[in-house]
Amino acid sequence: MTLVPEPRGFRSRRPRQRAGVGLSGAESLVLLIPALLPILVLSVAPLARGIYLGFTDSRAGLGVTTHFIGIDNFRALIHDTLFVNSFKIGLIWAGCVTAIQFCLALGLALLLSQPLHGRWLARSLALVPWAMPSVLVGIMWKLFFQPQAGILNEGLYRAHLPGSSIDWLSDFTWALPAVILVGVWAGMPQTTVALLAGVQSVSDDLHEAAAVDGASAWRRFRDITLPQLRPVIIAITTLDLIWNFNSFGLVYVLTLGGPGHSTELPMLFAYNEAFKYGEFGYASALGDAMVVVITGFLIVYLWGRLKETTS
Amino acid sequence: MIVSSRPKTARTAQYVGLWCYILFLGFPLLWMLSVSFKSGPELVELHPHLIPQSFTLANFGTGLHEYGVLHDAWNSFKVASLTAVLTTFIGVPAAYVLARQKGLISKLGLGWILLSQMFPLILIIIPLFLVLRDLHLTDSHAGLIFVYVVWTLPFILCMLQSYVRGIPRELEEAAMVDGASRFTVLRTVIAPLLAPGIVVVTLFAFIQAWNEFFFALVLLQTPSLTTLPVALARFVGIEGIVRLGPLAASALLATLPSLLMFVVIQRWLTRGVLSGAVKG
Repeated sequence: MTLVPEPRGFRSRRPRQRAGVGLSGAESLVLLIPALLPILVLSVAPLARGIYLGFTDSRAGLGVTTHFIGIDNFRALIHDTLFVNSFKIGLIWAGCVTAIQFCLALGLALLLSQPLHGRWLARSLALVPWAMPSVLVGIMWKLFFQPQAGILNEGLYRAHLPGSSIDWLSDFTWALPAVILVGVWAGMPQTTVALLAGVQSVSDDLHEAAAVDGASAWRRFRDITLPQLRPVIIAITTLDLIWNFNSFGLVYVLTLGGPGHSTELPMLFAYNEAFKYGEFGYASALGDAMVVVITGFLIVYLWGRLKETTS
Repeated sequence: MIVSSRPKTARTAQYVGLWCYILFLGFPLLWMLSVSFKSGPELVELHPHLIPQSFTLANFGTGLHEYGVLHDAWNSFKVASLTAVLTTFIGVPAAYVLARQKGLISKLGLGWILLSQMFPLILIIIPLFLVLRDLHLTDSHAGLIFVYVVWTLPFILCMLQSYVRGIPRELEEAAMVDGASRFTVLRTVIAPLLAPGIVVVTLFAFIQAWNEFFFALVLLQTPSLTTLPVALARFVGIEGIVRLGPLAASALLATLPSLLMFVVIQRWLTRGVLSGAVKG
């Protein structure tokens, strides 16, 4: 090691670095640049430009000039019934999928933390959707919902239940519930894994003490498990809401947003505007509106965290 | 009987619950498996059976040859493996800095990682499309790989930096006292200890790229370039869902690679999600 005397002044007041392990600014930069540069060029910059495009009349096609038009796109959006419809469906979809998913995943997590035979099978199956491409999840469920050759209608027919002739994914009433079911299935892994880890970290001592005191299983769940799970629940629910609101591939394969826009999520609407009709500016404005909704989710999340730390 | 009946009924209820989950989670998979082994005549029967009456492998042959699944799979494989290698290669040094440096860059980096997961992709894809078009990289695998690398990096960095944190600083200190440079330390101390993490992250990046649909749908137009998810989605769109057997067989084949890799990494991945998403 060289013994260069440290310059006087504020630097000498710093604690001595341990044997040069601390990274110098230059070193960090050199190591970071290979990752930083692509992120800046292909992620940060496009995102900034994407947000800006929402305030322009940008259109697809070469040599088309783009003008700044202020909030005209947003004025048009408010009066666009299809846009309002897609946001409504997006919120219904995200809300329902997240809520059902949460209940099912919590139940599964509680079961998986019990010493049951065959739980390895449930655990493995719960992880499968994570590894499957969303397009293939869609294809698989399309086979399930097939009106003639599908197993759902055949099952209903054999059980003499009504509905065995419904074409689920093309039916105005049933397409959205059917798609929501698929969404729940596809999103089970992340939620279950997060909640399972939460359940397993709840201390056993408290449970045993409560059981000795004669607390019922339900009371133990409500008064011990649930409060301790709160941070995990808030975090995973927020993430689920955002992921589901941004969802695209699954519904694209299942229904393409149909029938008659009844399953048209915001991303599907935006995709059509941008790449079917070439309305880049309008589609970006739609994306901006989605960011507003997502920010709303995040504010609720932060508010929950804040309450967490103060209480 | 000394044992009261209450815990017993509770156990029974738990088993009923567990099997309901197994049914819900596994049944669609089972059905796809069943359809993919059915023969042509059986597929158009009015009342289908869960278990194929006559097993056939013909659907897999049709899927591979007629629909060119093999060619699309090769495209997907090329894009996914290059994405995986590139992402890991540029991710490791950056993750090292994020883990070891407590400065502003790291805070910004981790903040961006979280934030980038939340934006709707439409805001990124339009400008990306314009940039790539100016570079003549739309409708090419190179462009798609660039996009995938950037798109998978955040999660990779998040996972890798938590692995780096698990490596004791003392090891680095010892090497540096002996006069090793930063890059030597990275190569000879960090990289070998990080090897399991690197494997997990590489496989994860591969799965992400193999499964990805939206960017590929927008960026690739030439049919000979399309990746597997796009090809299969187009197939559903064009043919309706007329030929179920080959479709199910192709879908099954397309799922296998990522499923197999997932089996390898799932134990570590579940840990990564917790440190990354929930605690982060």
